[in-house]
Amino acid sequence: MSDFDVIVVGSGMAGPVAAYEVAKAGRSVLVVERGESCGAKNVSGGRLYTHSLRAVFPDFATDAPLERRIVRERISLLAPDAGVTLDYADERLRDVGCASYSVLRARFDPWLAARAEAAGAEYINGIAVEALLRDGPRVTGVRAGDDEITADVVILSDGVNSLLADQAVGAIRPKPATVAVGIKQVIELPAPVITDRVLVASDTEGAAWLFVGDPTKGHVGGGFVYTNRDSISLGLVVTVADLARSETPIYQMLEDFKRHPVVAPLIAGGKVVEHAGHLVPEGGFDAMPPLAGDGVVLAGDVAMMCVNIGYTVRGMDFAIAAGMHAGRAVVAALAAGDTSAAGLAGYRQALESSFVLRDLRTLRRFPDFMEHTTRLFEKYPALARDAMRELFVVDGTPIKPVRKSLLPLVKQVGVLKLGKDLWRGVRAL
Amino acid sequence: MSKVGPVTVDMADYLGVNKYAVDEGNPHIELAVDPGREEFLKLVRVCPAALYKIDAAGNQTFDFAGCLECGTCRIAAGGTVVIEWHFPGPTMGVQYRYG
Repeated sequence: MSDFDVIVVGSGMAGPVAAYEVAKAGRSVLVVERGESCGAKNVSGGRLYTHSLRAVFPDFATDAPLERRIVRERISLLAPDAGVTLDYADERLRDVGCASYSVLRARFDPWLAARAEAAGAEYINGIAVEALLRDGPRVTGVRAGDDEITADVVILSDGVNSLLADQAVGAIRPKPATVAVGIKQVIELPAPVITDRVLVASDTEGAAWLFVGDPTKGHVGGGFVYTNRDSISLGLVVTVADLARSETPIYQMLEDFKRHPVVAPLIAGGKVVEHAGHLVPEGGFDAMPPLAGDGVVLAGDVAMMCVNIGYTVRGMDFAIAAGMHAGRAVVAALAAGDTSAAGLAGYRQALESSFVLRDLRTLRRFPDFMEHTTRLFEKYPALARDAMRELFVVDGTPIKPVRKSLLPLVKQVGVLKLGKDLWRGVRAL
Repeated sequence: MSKVGPVTVDMADYLGVNKYAVDEGNPHIELAVDPGREEFLKLVRVCPAALYKIDAAGNQTFDFAGCLECGTCRIAAGGTVVIEWHFPGPTMGVQYRYG
């Protein structure tokens, strides 16, 4: 007889949602979270697309600690001395079904955990699970400190930096080419100042802004800005394998990014109130570990459920959906009396028919495209700048026809190379 | 690439705003006794807290106290420079107030 029907390791996005589903079905569930409070060890960029949260908690918007609803999207190609920006505003972004919000995890995660607790989940905070208990190939519980606690099923949702995935399903630590390191600062500014600087209508609305090129000194990755209610989340995400070859350390990249002429006015007068670091799983579908073993399933970042395609970056909505499906599949397996890997196979089937594995599969070529299309980071931002100079800079010298001013720029990179990159990019999406 | 470009930022200013409970005397990351220069340089570049440094005299230094617990060093140099990486003890380490 196990101590609990289910133990959930980690209270981020996937864990509490899984625990909620299990508790709601009348099963006993314990969540073990190493943060003294939920969210204390968690970091996001971060923007949450809320469609999957809505599927679990249709009333979430009434009391969830959300920062601002994102109603403006910007992408900038940054050269060291210039930026070319695409700015997208659309009333459609206000629709309930596709709403996204900036979030701060130390505020959001306790709310999500409280939803699980209210449904009957028990919580232990402030201690890390050091090892999984096993009986042969079967996971039978967890060891945390001096305690050994058993369960019929362990739901592993301990994040990208999991030390347990190896014990659970034999997934050794991710390769440096399949994970990126995120570095982020939270910069405090008065709410109306933020509202004015990103051109939104009120202090409840905000912008998401991604940057490519100079922020990472041409390395694979990019910069980001998300507006919170009275702070700005600003940072970089750089693939570990490529960053390890960079002349500039990531923290210096961040400092230079903050001083870039396109970025500096946005944060002028602001005060850094937190400096954070976190890994981001970017290997996509082909870097995913097995999602279930005997007595164990994996959900969220630990299973590399994340996509970064340059203009949208998603992980939290995948984790919430995975947590929901994991919780439901575990409940079904418990009811059927078979919690072996075969008995838990319903989890993967549910993900296969949901957006989670469909999207990861659709975008499976993209990580490889990003890694090998270095011109995207090294050359194209400067090309965009030079093209804009031909169009916008007026200094009295006689103008050249566009075919004579722009075509030579394209030829610098090579028409064929540009066409090839474009074609490969379209095929990868 | 065997060098690191100029650094103008003083990371102590930034880590100083974070909330930590440092487990003095109990490092949760252990390094190889004599890690090679090239492997160590990788960590200088990837650690978002700048805990891996090469000082003016050329010595390789590491301080776990400002660790953000991201695990990047474990990915970049696990088994070479980083020979042990576990989470800090109960209630210890960084405590994000924003995240």
